[in-house]
Formats: sequence, C-alpha cells, structure tokens
Amino acid sequence: MKIIDAADLEAIALGGAVYGTGGGGDPYIGKLLAQNAIRKSGSVHLIDVESLADDALVFEVGGIGAPTIVIERLASLAPLLNAVEALETHLGRRVTALMSGEAGGLNSTIPFAAASALGLPLLDGDPIGRAFPELQMSLCTLQGIAASPLALADEKGNSVIIDAHNNATAERFARSITIDMGGSVFGALYPMSGAQVKKALIRGSISRLLDAGYALFNARAKHADPVQALLQASGGRLLHAGKVTSVERATGGGFVRGHADIEGLDGYAGGCLRLSFQNEFLLARRGDRVLASTPDLICAVDSETGEPITNEKMRFGLRVAVLGIPCDAAWRSDAGLALAGPRYFGHDVDFVPVELSR
Amino acid sequence: MYRVGIDVGGTNTDAALMQGRRVVHAVKTPTTADVTTGVLEALRQVTAGAGIAAAQLGAVMIGTTHFINALVERRRLAAVGVLRLALPTTTAIPPLSGWPEEMRAALNVHSRMVDGGLEVDGREIAPLVPRQIQDFATDCSRRGIRHLVVSGVFSALDDSQERAAAQLIREVYPTAQITLSSQIGQMGLLERENAAILNAALGDLAQLTVDAFAAALRAAGVSAPFFLTQNDGTLMSAATAARFPIMTVSSGPTNSMRGAAFLSGCADAIVVDIGGTTSDIGALVKGFPRQAGLAVELAGVRTNFRMPDVYCVGLGGGSLVSPDLASIGPQSVGYRLTSDALVFGGSTLTASDLAVAAGLAQLGEAAAVAHLDRQQARACMDRIQQRLSDAIERVRTSAAIVPVVIVGGGSILVSADRLGELPVVIPPHHGAANAVGAAMAQVSAQEDRVVDLAAMPAEAAIEAIRADVRESLIAAGADPGSMAVVDVETLPLSYLPGQLTRIRVRMVGELLLTD
Repeated sequence: MKIIDAADLEAIALGGAVYGTGGGGDPYIGKLLAQNAIRKSGSVHLIDVESLADDALVFEVGGIGAPTIVIERLASLAPLLNAVEALETHLGRRVTALMSGEAGGLNSTIPFAAASALGLPLLDGDPIGRAFPELQMSLCTLQGIAASPLALADEKGNSVIIDAHNNATAERFARSITIDMGGSVFGALYPMSGAQVKKALIRGSISRLLDAGYALFNARAKHADPVQALLQASGGRLLHAGKVTSVERATGGGFVRGHADIEGLDGYAGGCLRLSFQNEFLLARRGDRVLASTPDLICAVDSETGEPITNEKMRFGLRVAVLGIPCDAAWRSDAGLALAGPRYFGHDVDFVPVELSR
Repeated sequence: MYRVGIDVGGTNTDAALMQGRRVVHAVKTPTTADVTTGVLEALRQVTAGAGIAAAQLGAVMIGTTHFINALVERRRLAAVGVLRLALPTTTAIPPLSGWPEEMRAALNVHSRMVDGGLEVDGREIAPLVPRQIQDFATDCSRRGIRHLVVSGVFSALDDSQERAAAQLIREVYPTAQITLSSQIGQMGLLERENAAILNAALGDLAQLTVDAFAAALRAAGVSAPFFLTQNDGTLMSAATAARFPIMTVSSGPTNSMRGAAFLSGCADAIVVDIGGTTSDIGALVKGFPRQAGLAVELAGVRTNFRMPDVYCVGLGGGSLVSPDLASIGPQSVGYRLTSDALVFGGSTLTASDLAVAAGLAQLGEAAAVAHLDRQQARACMDRIQQRLSDAIERVRTSAAIVPVVIVGGGSILVSADRLGELPVVIPPHHGAANAVGAAMAQVSAQEDRVVDLAAMPAEAAIEAIRADVRESLIAAGADPGSMAVVDVETLPLSYLPGQLTRIRVRMVGELLLTD
C-alpha cells in the first residue's frame, strides 16, 4: 500500500500525460481537483489488487466527454460523488474500493479526488494500462465483465443509470447522454467483485505513472537525460529521435485524426518516422515497416525536457523522442487486438509487438 | 507626420523617430527606476538628434516592462475581488487553484462563486441571481477592494452574462474597476480568470503609470496621443492600457520582432534578438510573431492571453566564457558589459571578447584580447552559432527556407551568412529594432468562438466572425482601408460527435492618424 498526497499528484499527472500516448486529455484539471480534495479530506490509500477480498465491490470512476469542455466547465466533486452514490443505490450495496478506468490522460488523476472525498481506497491497477477513447476498450470487456449498470452524473444534480446489453452499446448511450449533460460528465461504471477485478486488472499501473513522473522530475533536477530516465522507468524502448517536419490533421466524428512526420537526427539520421494518431498515437512507421502499433503504447516526449507531447502540441520543428512501451499481454490476444488493434482504428496493418521492431 | 517608438527594457530605453516608413533617428539611453524619467530622456534625445520639436510628433508609442516587473517582484499590486459565474459547476476548483503559494500570499484576493455560466452550446448552466452579485459587490466595497474580476464558464464564447454581472455590480458599486475575463483571455476558464486577476491587480499601478506618462509627455511639449504596445505587437490607447495592463507585459520581444520585420522587409522569418544576457528567438508569420498556443506562465501563474511564442537561450554579448573557452553562458555580465568585458578594460572574458579575438568584430580595445588564440576563439564562435541554429530549428514553423533576421546589440555574435540552412539578414538600424517595432505598431482585434459546422458551412462561419472582428477593429482606431486578416485558426473539439469546431480570427489595421 502507498499513501498518495497532494505532491504525489504532480508526478501522477506528468506520468499520466506520458501514458496518455498523445491523447486522453490534459491531466492538469484532474490534478487540481484531486489536490484540492486531498488537502480537504486527506491522502489516498493506493492498495494492491491482491489485498482485495473476492466479495468486495469495486467501481471504476472517471470523467467522460470532451477535454476541451473540461478546461472551461471545470470539474466539481459533487457529480463524481453523485455518480458513485447513484450506482450504489441502484445496486443496493456500498462500494468497497474505487479504481481508475485508464492509467493515462485526464482519468489518471480524477479517481484520486473521489477516493479522497469518500475515504475509500484506490486500487493500484487499471483495466487498460494506458488511455483509450471508448469505454468498451477495456480488458474487462475481454473478461466478459459488463460496463453497466453504470451511472452518469452532471453538475446540476441529474444522474442517469444505463443498463446496456453490451459494452459497445453502453459506450454509445453514455456518449449521447454526455452531450445532453453539457459534454462532460462523471461516471461510476464497471461494478465488479474483487474476484472479477483480479481477473481483469493490470497490476501496479498507477504506481507506474508515479514512477514515470518522479523519474522525469529527478532527471531534470540532476540535469540527467530525461528520455533515458523515462525509458528505464517505463520499460519502454526508444523507437526514434528527431525533428518534426510536418503535421497533418483532419477532423471527423469528433476525433482529431492525422499524422506527424519526424525526420531522424543523430543515431536516427536518414530515417523518417511517421506517427499516426486518432487523439492517441496509434501507429509508428518507418517507410512501410511498422515499428509500433496500438495497443502497445507510443509516447512522444520533448528530447530535451522529457515533457510529453500531445497530438495537439505536435508541430513543425519540435525535437522529440518517440518511445514504444509494451502493452499488457492480454491486449495482444486475438480478442484484444480486435478490440483495440490497428484494424479497429482503420489501419490495414498487422500488430507488431514493439520489442520485435528493429 | 513623425512618430516616436520607445521601448523600455530592463537595461536600456531605446527610442526611434520615424517619418512615414523612414527611420530618421534612433537612440539608446539607460532605463531609470521611475521609468518616466528614462522615457522622457530618450524622447528628448531622439527629437533633438533629428532636429525636430516635440510638438511636431503625431503619435508616441511606448512598450514597457514596467508591469511585468511589478508582477514578478510582487510590488504595488492592488487587492482584487473575483466573482465567478459558474454554480453549480466548477466548485471543486475555485479561483487561485494551482497558484504558487508565494503569489497567492502576496496578492490580496477575495473570491466568490455564484450561479451562472454557459454550456458549450450556449445554454445557461444557471441564470444569474442579481442578489448574489450585488451582495458580493457590496462586500468588496466594504472591504475597500476596488478592482473586481468577473469570470464565467464559456464566457470566451458568449460574454453576455459577464457583462450583465458587471452592470449589476456598477449599480451598487459605481466606482468599481471591473475586468471581464472575456476581455482578456481565450478558452480555458482557470487561465483566463488568472489573467484577469493579474490584470486587476495591476490596476492602480497602470493608472498611475499612464497618468505619469501623460503628464511627462505634456510637460515635454507633446500634444499627440500616446499608445502602449501590446503583447501581440499592436497598439492600445493610453486609456485602454490603464484598464488592460496585462496586455502589455510581453511587448518587448514582440516589438523587436515587429521591428525586425519592418527593417528587413521580411514578413516570414525567424527573428533572433541578441541582447546582453539572452537571445530571444521567435517566428514571424505574415509580419507578426507566432503566438503561444497553449497556457503561458506569468509570475508562476498559468494564463492564456495573447503572448508571442518566444524561445529564450542564455546566450548574449555579455555571456561569461570559461578560461579554457569550453563553456559559454548562461551567466552574464549583463548591463556591465561595457565596464567588465576585456575589450572594455574589464577583467571578465565574455562572448563579445571572443568575437573580437576571432577577428569577427571590432569593438573596444582589440589589444586586450590579443593573448587569446585566434583559432580557438573562432572555434568558440562557431559553437555559439551552432547553438543559435539549434534554437532556430526549434522555432521554425515549416520546412520553407526563410531568412533569419538578427537584431539587438549582440548581433556581433553572428558573423556567418547562414545559420544552418537559413540565410542571415542583419538589417540597418538593427540595434533599435524594438523601438522601430513600437513606432510601426498597428491596431488589432480578434474573436474566438465554437461553431457547429454541421449547422453552418465553415466559410460562412468564418465570414460572420470576420465581420465582427472588422467592427471591433474600426472601434479600436484602425483605418478601414488597411485591415487585413492575420490568421484564421480552426480546431475541432475532440471526443464529441457532431462537428463542434473552435474558430479564431485575428485581424490588424494601420492606425488612423490625422494631421
């Protein structure tokens, strides 16, 4: 078990931005929400998944909607707590522990606010190990664990329970209700028993964010190479380093799709890496060769500072290092690849494990 | 018609006298603690040097670091009342969240959140409750807080609630000085509100400073209007500057870049302003500095108003050089260059000394650096230029070959005719580029909105916004015949179906000057 205080949230937010793989929303607002909650209600106990009783009740909590709305209609605590309460009422049971739905992006920080305010422990694990855009993209889906019944709540006191026949449908319903509720809501979802949690969760993924954040802070303080520090902390490998020479974006269906070309420098001189994104970075190619692909993690950071670079910040002239981090093995199954592999996102290529790319 | 541009920097106050597009005369004078004395001295020297009378001036444009210094040093800041229109949303992240402790402690801020705010599509989160707003105003009045901020959720898209709240405040507190967040910043409530708070905190100082400038200019015989230059390189009237000092805090680098564009005739370029301690590098796009797209920190506070995107390198004419010539900067002798550098009879080895030793510049006493190895000094100068080219690469906006325009007193550090693959241009009067930039500043206006492109084609949406920007521009004093669009930015909102897209249009025009 770890005790997470307001200062640790700085590291988690930075690590969350790295594991946001270019999308997932800026963890900044979630960080402030969690820090303010922790200052008021106390630190959060981050507990091991194994320490959970099999008959425990766990909810995933987090935000759903557009990050662009979150920076304006800043989060409140009340709807987050309302969502939890609505789901508890619906199930007629009290929740034992909370968990993060995705260890990356904005939702890496928000669950800490709920855990602190409710005095509940937060699991050191999540069912994705990164950020993904749709709520059925979870190892829970692979384990046959239902996202619903789920509760959504807005800031006016409205709450909605969705009971959907499968997780993809839950995603669709949640998305359209979110728009009626102002484009950004909180949810309590994937109600699970302790036994189910143990089947689906990636262990230690919240600690990994913390480690990545502190690795970057320490490297900067010691003027060490932040990219090396990040590689060590994440177990990833350096795919490419160079300069962004072109960025193209198009929009459709609420997503920002596009690609960035990165001309190699130093050891990578002469090669050009193309990063394709749909909010998150999904594919890294050199010519026809796939170096890394979703569901493995592709992260771009500033070569000098190690600061994570989102697809929105990607622009000509930036010096970036591109890291590939292996995803959880469960994602690499046929079912996992069907749910979040390159073809799901419309890229007609096979998944190539990042550790095999050369 | 003459105009004078004055740029008040940390070390020097520069002035340039222009007639039309011609630089008649330029001077460099020391900045004074009270700012106005230095400004007047620069004005006196530049008019005397050109042999004209102050009464012949048509306009005076001043760029000053006075307000940013006040923020950084946290002095002479006024107490601020903040009213956020947002309930029932945003409660867990109240005003001042994320501020550094020292800044929060230094500023006397009294804040309250009340019903209000808008959804992304313009619906009200809640209607205003006049009683809540008037209570807040009365409370501020009782506490003697005169500078108030009104911020509302999505007010950057629709400011009607903020304006209505301001009206309600004035009814009970007529002497309140009110900053609306929508007048200052863009999307991002916290950053926009922060910028408005900093603006309000500068309120008293801004009024005093502008009054002092006005009195001093009058005493000097200037009858023309005077303006302050804004962060984006355009002008605001003295009266407006007194109300929006935050809009001037980053005018220094902008003035240099605008001056570089004007003096070199290059509209698209990389500008390197080499000073004594640092080099500021920015990209000029269509004659204007590229703006920072995301949050910018000011005195440790996240803000999001218009600021130039400038990359700063700790390398200037006064940068310290280690005895083995292995390292250069970031420490510097700064303004003591003309007394501490070897070529000026001092005992400190600086980058300027290397330039002389390498035979690339003539400055002071060359004999004082004769003991340095010429080859080694040249190698060192190459490294300096390599560092500048690396920094330039970071700032470049596209693969297009554009010139690098070098301005500022430290331009002797560049002797090459190319930096990387880009050609170097050192324009005439490069030392006074910042003052020339101030003198040639234009007026500007912009709008930032979220539009549903499913309901309206993009072209029509942009045209509607453009029409509104044109109106604001004329109100700001622009010559209607000279107005041009500087940039149109569209950014789709992610993770939502539909085609909600944020569109920002910015335009500029020449100031309408009458004889």
